[in-house]
Amino acid sequence: MKKIALASVLALGVAAQAMAVELTVYTAVEAEDLARYAAAFNEDYPDITINWVRDSTGVITAKLLAERDNPQADVIWGLAATSLLLMKGEGMLEAYAPVGVEELDPKFVDSSNPPYWTGMDAWVAAICYNTVEGEANNVPAPTSWQDLTDPVYAGQIIMPNPNSSGTGFLDVSSWLQIFGEDGGWEYMDGLHKNITRYTHSGSAPCKLAAAGETTIGISFAFRGAKSKAAGAPIEIIVPSEGVGWDMEATAIVAGTSQLEAAQTLVNWTVTRKANELYNQGYAVVAYPGVAQPVEYFPEGLVDAMIDNDFEFAANNRARILEEWASRYDGKSDPK
Amino acid sequence: MLDKTPDVYLRIEGLWKNFGVFTALREISLEVLEGEFLCFLGPSGCGKTTLLRAIAGLDLQTAGRIEQAGKDVSNLPPAERDFGIVFQSYALFPNLTIEKNIAYGLENAKRPRAEVKARVAELLELVGLPDQGKKYPAQLSGGQQQRIALARAIATSPGLLLLDEPLSALDAKVRVFLRHEVKELQRKLGITTVMVTHDQEEALSMADRIVVMNHGTIEQVGTPLEIYRDPVNLFVADFVGEMNQIPATAEAGGVVIKNVHLSCNNNGLSGSVIATIRPEDILPVEENGKNVLRVTIFEMEFLGSFFRTRLTSPELGEAMLMADFSINAMRRIGLKEGGKLLVQLPAERIKIFAEAG
Amino acid sequence: MGAQMGPKIKPKLGRDDWAQRSFMLVIGLYLVIALALPLYAMLSKAFSTYYFDLSQYEVQVSDGAGVFGPVQNIATLNNQSSPPIFDDLATNTNGRLGLTKLFPDFSFRSPVNYRFRAVSEGAIYLVGSERNAGPDWIELDSNTFRRVVIRPASERGLSNFTTYFSTPALVQSVENSLVIAVITTVITVSLAFWFAYALARSKMRFKGVFRMVAMMPILVPSLLPGIALLYLFSPRQGMLKELMFGYDINGPIGIVIGSVFFTFPHAMIIISTALSISDARLFEASESLKASRWKTFWTVTIPGARYGIFSAAFVVFNLVITDFGLPKVIGGNFNVLAVDIFKQVIGQQNFEMGAVVSMVLLVPALMAFGIDRRMQKKQVALLTARSVVYEPKPNPVVDWFFFAYATLVAVFIAGIIAVCQYAALIRQWPYNLSLSLKNYDFSRMDGGGWASYTNSLLLAIFTAIIGTIVVFLGAYMVEKTKGFERGRALFQGLAMLPMAIPGMVLGIAYIFFFNNPDNPLNFIYGTMIILVVSTVTHFYTVSHLTAVTALKQMDGEFESVSQSLKQPFYKLFWRVTVPVSLPAILNISIYLFVNAMTTVSAVVFLYSTDTALASVAVLNMNDAGDIAPAAAMGMMIFYTNAGARILHSLLSKGILARSNAWRKGA
Repeated sequence: MKKIALASVLALGVAAQAMAVELTVYTAVEAEDLARYAAAFNEDYPDITINWVRDSTGVITAKLLAERDNPQADVIWGLAATSLLLMKGEGMLEAYAPVGVEELDPKFVDSSNPPYWTGMDAWVAAICYNTVEGEANNVPAPTSWQDLTDPVYAGQIIMPNPNSSGTGFLDVSSWLQIFGEDGGWEYMDGLHKNITRYTHSGSAPCKLAAAGETTIGISFAFRGAKSKAAGAPIEIIVPSEGVGWDMEATAIVAGTSQLEAAQTLVNWTVTRKANELYNQGYAVVAYPGVAQPVEYFPEGLVDAMIDNDFEFAANNRARILEEWASRYDGKSDPK
Repeated sequence: MLDKTPDVYLRIEGLWKNFGVFTALREISLEVLEGEFLCFLGPSGCGKTTLLRAIAGLDLQTAGRIEQAGKDVSNLPPAERDFGIVFQSYALFPNLTIEKNIAYGLENAKRPRAEVKARVAELLELVGLPDQGKKYPAQLSGGQQQRIALARAIATSPGLLLLDEPLSALDAKVRVFLRHEVKELQRKLGITTVMVTHDQEEALSMADRIVVMNHGTIEQVGTPLEIYRDPVNLFVADFVGEMNQIPATAEAGGVVIKNVHLSCNNNGLSGSVIATIRPEDILPVEENGKNVLRVTIFEMEFLGSFFRTRLTSPELGEAMLMADFSINAMRRIGLKEGGKLLVQLPAERIKIFAEAG
Repeated sequence: MGAQMGPKIKPKLGRDDWAQRSFMLVIGLYLVIALALPLYAMLSKAFSTYYFDLSQYEVQVSDGAGVFGPVQNIATLNNQSSPPIFDDLATNTNGRLGLTKLFPDFSFRSPVNYRFRAVSEGAIYLVGSERNAGPDWIELDSNTFRRVVIRPASERGLSNFTTYFSTPALVQSVENSLVIAVITTVITVSLAFWFAYALARSKMRFKGVFRMVAMMPILVPSLLPGIALLYLFSPRQGMLKELMFGYDINGPIGIVIGSVFFTFPHAMIIISTALSISDARLFEASESLKASRWKTFWTVTIPGARYGIFSAAFVVFNLVITDFGLPKVIGGNFNVLAVDIFKQVIGQQNFEMGAVVSMVLLVPALMAFGIDRRMQKKQVALLTARSVVYEPKPNPVVDWFFFAYATLVAVFIAGIIAVCQYAALIRQWPYNLSLSLKNYDFSRMDGGGWASYTNSLLLAIFTAIIGTIVVFLGAYMVEKTKGFERGRALFQGLAMLPMAIPGMVLGIAYIFFFNNPDNPLNFIYGTMIILVVSTVTHFYTVSHLTAVTALKQMDGEFESVSQSLKQPFYKLFWRVTVPVSLPAILNISIYLFVNAMTTVSAVVFLYSTDTALASVAVLNMNDAGDIAPAAAMGMMIFYTNAGARILHSLLSKGILARSNAWRKGA
């Protein structure tokens, strides 16, 4: 603790002396959280201005990759670790161990030394179940992934398309890990029969469930909790086999001209204070012992998180997506 | 007209204009005298407008030299030449008043406003529309608009006035009136003027000299009377005024048409030729003589001041003669369609040309 | 003749010529930079392919005791068996290939160690996710070797196209896009024809209102009807879901209905024009011959309007096949080309395949464009004949029939807009139907909040101003200057091109071109400038044609007169050309403004956080499931455009009134 405090004070001193700098920060964090993050950071470092570039995970990832040879970002703060792994493979990230990184749960830190990225919070898959629609259509609440292949759910499920949604890919890669490669595809073949449609975005299925457009939306817990808070008649269900997850993570973009300020920011993103901030929306954060229960979050979510192999997901992504598309895309008109 | 020969104001030498493979002007050489009113006359597509636009620098010639007031202007842009121009469409700026249209070329930083105003008033007076300055072009008649266009063109006192079919868009009566007006104005100002027209009457009545053009070349240059009286070739003869054209065979001292011998100057030609005579040169006579034919009036048409008749004669075979007779003459002889009479084709009025082509 | 032509005259260029040429050069350069070069960049991207170059890697395997065997090339290893273990080495930019399959005895638990290296500096491989390259050997145990994957090398070739056409899901989109476009075209053109016919040939009442309602769809993004259709017909909670008889609105049905909505005004305008110029004397002739109304219709009306109908058909076809917003919102699992581009680029970061799909999309668009151009040329000849305006005679039965028909269409159009407004005001559909403004609190949503609205407004204003200047100057240079023929022809060709280029394709092309660090214009990437440039370029053709038409109506000799009076060309331009063309200039501005407010396709690839746009926000909020706020933002766009339209018509009227004296005479 003391060490961190000291480091913070030191860094603060440096920052105070430094001229005001602007950092271009790419992020996929929900729009409504960004202002809070920046404000909290600026309490400690008023001289570093953050210029957010925010978009959905897919767009930001595409943008970063498109800018491969001419990076515009200084820092990435809040992008799926799977995406950061892609970038790491492209040599686009700067290896840097933030001050205090050793305090974080090792699961949330890149395995290289020094690490290329550090995690912030976990973003966990879940099932959103509309109780009103369930009753009306006589569809019981599922308890497991396997349940969803039951014919009773035919035409009741919406999930994100992994070819356009990070959440969708997270689901697919988790099933391949939970059920094994062959079992995973077999499971999805069964699930596909019950799916009404695949959406472009990861949060849409839960919002559609909240709006009663579907009984079940495969989405993520965070979105479910928000919809529930807004008064939608939904239950967030954690399937018994375990749930896939991804984390939002932070990294410095290689080649930034503002390395010092970027390091200052990344140092701050692993602090307890920052993690407390993450905890307002996410039940699982990188800093052990910080997490307070989040309202409307289902119990047992943390325990259900599978031991996710991010490397597997990143290195097999192109192959998995191709396979998925050839099985379910295009020829999947529901009738 | 004058004792001393006027200077050459515009000299054109060896002018060519090609549009791709098409040759619009072929080796045109021409001199325009100071203060002269010159007309380019010819059928559409003969190159007359192309030549005018080359003189203006609006469409540059492909090759050749143009000299204006002793200065070589061959490759200059229009703005560096010295001319005013009037188009068939008037090209008045629709959103500017008549005054502003006329003042358009006068306005520049150096010229005081009052001077511009005075000049505009003077020009309006000159073209006879002193009260119309505040109106817009669309509020004037076509003839009035064309006079404004003329005023605008001469506002800066250019050395050369170019008129591109200026009267063609007007109706017949206004046209005849304006012919006179324009000519009068030109004479008053003494400005060297080149006009393009396809209307021979316009050319004959307005021009000091006419340049007859065809297929991109000059056929003949001369005063209206020369062009009319002594066309140098069949094209000019045909294009300017009415002309009887009868295939004939040249022989010593004249030509033979079917079985008639007509004496005339055969121009040193022999073999198949075309004999020509203007309708008004055919004279009714009382008794037989040299070049006199007995003819029948096949058809007659009253044209106001004279009768146009078509005459047949067994001696001429199928050829028909067109002849104009005054009302007096007709009354005196007392003829009608189907009637017979004697006509003379005076030897000095018969022109012989080689067959076309 | 033997005459000899003298030396050719070289024109001396005057002050004006230089000024005009530099202007033309600048605007020509604009089109080259904003259009030709980006398209070229995209083209070359489509041909840049990836494959695993196995020969670039070498391995040494140890026995259990740690003694290493000979150096083996991976390519040699692969080719030892027949067929090779990896027989398809083509991949995409994100491809990764694990190597353990090459070693039949591989086990991650075995004590065997591996040495691995790339032969040359450029060959990349990953250990886990860490990037390695170069000819230094690294030694790995079995469990780590399992994590080695090699990255593809790039070359140029056609293999992207081969991949595309051998992927059923992608090829299916071609068929889907064509089917949707054809069906929509048939429906829209038929509906629009009768609507336009009712306006032109009947005495029905409230024509002005009908005309206004019919134009409304132009004011909203193409995806807005999608949102309304979801509220109306979605299978579970749709207000009128019973009307769907169990079919899902998400899919081809939704795309077609929505497309009919947003293409209707385009078809209606074109057909109206065609009908209004048909010669009334033909009708009189037909009537005097005692032909029945039906016969007159088939022998006079249809032939007279047929070019207009064809033209409308091609415009609708092109709009539908290149539209991206609507199928994204309501397409469900029904894939179309425009959405495929988005999925390839944004979903999978596969830019090369995105470029390939773009080129596939270009084909039907270019073809429709080409045929339409040819038709239009024929039509021009048809129109030059002077015709008499037809004045319909009252006929109660027919007039009431058309009134009923037009009312149906108007209810459909106005209904869609009204549903959007209703949706925007409902607190939580369908569980809490109380009204509130909370959906207008855009700061709580994806898409950039109210700032995105301000940005859109700025974009629309900039596009209208800058675009009008560029377009009008460009058209002026093409139409009213002399010489430099080849340059002008080239310019004209470039100006016609944007109409055939789908916005998505333009957007992608811009990424490839402007985001290249070697591009000196790289700095505009991510700024408002690139949005303005792309929008002006995207809507260049129609604006250009409007300007050219206006300029053509002006006397061709104004320039000659002005030159003869030794006045500079810009004086004529300012004092005559611009004032006389003012109505056309205003039309161009409003066209650019409205389209800048509603466009999604090109800018969706080009906006940044600082320049988020309202139209894209509609898309993103809808995507994230915030459908009501999406509708709310869509309605903001509608009201803004409606306001701009009203302002435009007031301005136009004012100008016409002021210039009445010289336009018509008195």
